[in-house]
Amino acid sequence: MDKILSASDVYDRMMSCPHYSGAVAIVLRFEVYYRMQFLSYLINGISLGSVYALIALGYTMVYGIAKMLNFAHGDVIMIGSYVVFFTFGSFGWNPAVAIILSMIVCTVLGVLVERVAYRPLREAPSLAVLITAIGVSYLLQQVAQLLWTSNPKSFPSVVANSSIFKPLQLFNGQLTISAETIVTILACIVIMVALLYFINHTPAGHAMQAVSEDRGAAQLMGVNVNATISLTFAIGSALAAVAGALLCSSYPTLQPTTGAMPGIKAFVAAVFGGIGSIPGAFLGGVLLGVIENLSKAYISTQLSDAIVFLVLIVVLLVKPTGLLGKKVNVKV
Amino acid sequence: MKKLISAALASAMVLSLAACGSTGSSESTSAATTGDSAATAEASATDGTTPIKLGGIGPTTGSAASYGIAVMQGEQLAVDEINAAAGHTVFEFKFEDDEHDAEKSMNAYNTLKDWGMQALLGPVTSTPSLSVAGETVNDNMFMLTPSASAVDVVETGDNVFQMCFTDPNQGIVSADYIAEKGLGTKIGVIYDSSDAYSMGIYNAFAEEATAKGLEVVTAVSFTSDNKSDLSTQVAKCQEAGADLVFLPIYYNEASQILIAADKVGYKPTFFGCDGMDGILTIEGFDTSLAEGLMLLCPFSATATDETTQKFVSAYEAAYNETPIQFAADAYDCVYAIYECVQNGSINGDMSASDMCDALKAQFTTMTFNGTTGEGQTWSADGTVNKPPRVYVVTDGAYQTAE
Repeated sequence: MDKILSASDVYDRMMSCPHYSGAVAIVLRFEVYYRMQFLSYLINGISLGSVYALIALGYTMVYGIAKMLNFAHGDVIMIGSYVVFFTFGSFGWNPAVAIILSMIVCTVLGVLVERVAYRPLREAPSLAVLITAIGVSYLLQQVAQLLWTSNPKSFPSVVANSSIFKPLQLFNGQLTISAETIVTILACIVIMVALLYFINHTPAGHAMQAVSEDRGAAQLMGVNVNATISLTFAIGSALAAVAGALLCSSYPTLQPTTGAMPGIKAFVAAVFGGIGSIPGAFLGGVLLGVIENLSKAYISTQLSDAIVFLVLIVVLLVKPTGLLGKKVNVKV
Repeated sequence: MKKLISAALASAMVLSLAACGSTGSSESTSAATTGDSAATAEASATDGTTPIKLGGIGPTTGSAASYGIAVMQGEQLAVDEINAAAGHTVFEFKFEDDEHDAEKSMNAYNTLKDWGMQALLGPVTSTPSLSVAGETVNDNMFMLTPSASAVDVVETGDNVFQMCFTDPNQGIVSADYIAEKGLGTKIGVIYDSSDAYSMGIYNAFAEEATAKGLEVVTAVSFTSDNKSDLSTQVAKCQEAGADLVFLPIYYNEASQILIAADKVGYKPTFFGCDGMDGILTIEGFDTSLAEGLMLLCPFSATATDETTQKFVSAYEAAYNETPIQFAADAYDCVYAIYECVQNGSINGDMSASDMCDALKAQFTTMTFNGTTGEGQTWSADGTVNKPPRVYVVTDGAYQTAE
């Protein structure tokens, strides 16, 4: 042989040989097929992960500023979803109007919960606040059950008939990215950027950072701590309304416990990414969704949760503050 | 550590409460019965019979509420009919909510015992039934569950009977039916590995399917904590090329699977068991997605036989809704007990334990015709034998599959 064959030459020669072409074509087709499968599982994972990320943004923001775990966040999501279900699903309102109304309802609810249940405990040990948050979570679930019964409702997708957002077809329609996934990821990125801008470049955002860093010192410097924390809850709850509408659009069963499990997963995502960090919540959420779905697809549908939490434990062992968490140096 | 201690304390408390219930039971039952016979002395004076106190337990709130409410209404309807037909109070009936929770079900059972219950028609769901069944064995209280289908429930004791098929039985009958009718060659299964009902059906189905030469190409699961996204499970079935997907799960998750399958344009035959009953009633669910769905279910409101039609019209008149299978099972439970009253084997003056022994003897020998099947018989182990019925969803309603 007088010249070294390139890979494409080898391929061409093999294809021109009748003995090999069939076999090679089959191998290639298999490879394409499995790559497609993998991509579709990956996209399902990103879709689930973006919902976790959206919920985790609310968790991480409240934790970063108020230094408390608002376990009722998942249930605010559920209440928001019911508002959208009735206004958009039953009365046929414009989805944007329905979501805005739901954001208003959730904001009021979030601020009210903070005022009634958390503010009186501001100086109490953090364990007391944690238990109160769990109590609020159950209260909201039971109230929802009384108001709307526990019968599951099938949630109509808010982007199903949208003229702007269409499902994306890739590779001649072999791969479809649903409109819900696109909207959830976009919403997640927009909200993340807006939050980062708000916190770093506005007076109210600076006040939040100050409260987050040292509540006592911030108060001495003239920052209204109560108002700042109320604002944090307002924003977190408004985000919950958006998350609820998108969660139920992708996974359409709505009942009073709908928010509970995604809420806990999102909390895990927030810890995974580094609780208190806004980009961390996004990263943690998406990674959690992808790991969960790929382990379902390739390892075991039964063990996927175990694998997710195993990864979490490993990450926290190596990096206790989470992927993007800040290391806090305590000066003595 | 704190969590551990509090959990230990809480469970200790529950245990001690349960223990209180069982030790105090015989006294409280007898006290209640004597108190009650005094209270109903006037009634007995006029018609010469003491009413039998029937208790019911089931979830009227919570995630399985539609089953519990259906059972409560079915039992109430039967009690009302029997009392009206007899012209005096044959049965007194009291129903307690358990929210599909084992612990709350125990509380409900103890409440009913304090009330003076002589026979239990419940609980509705399998997990609570397992814990209550253990107590009924200790008390020798007759327990006839309308719908708790786990085989462990009847295995708890010889005083526990079922009105519905056991889970394994549903799995076996489903596999037989699919094989016999040639509904599919490559079978996919999606089941809930955290749920006794689903696991029970799945295990028996898998075994019987192999025996019948059906090829189960994939079996994927989800858990109660991990069911917001079921699209991967659907994709696995599609990838494996399943042309029939067996869904031994409840209708709530099944509706999500139908939606996910529709999104990716996957159209196998879906085949479910009695937990699927209710899928057409989900608010907001596009029932056209359930078109062609098959389900093994001993009762359908659309059946044309006289017993069913009489029951359906009475139920609709009373509650303004169409009865589901759970209501029919519950209705049959009361009538099965009534058959024993009519042949004189039990009466309201018996203690709960004596009544239990009498009912055990009756159930293992009688043949009962009800809305959920003709010629129903019970084995000594408490399981029921009746002919299976399969329905297919056509134009948004159940039609008998041929």
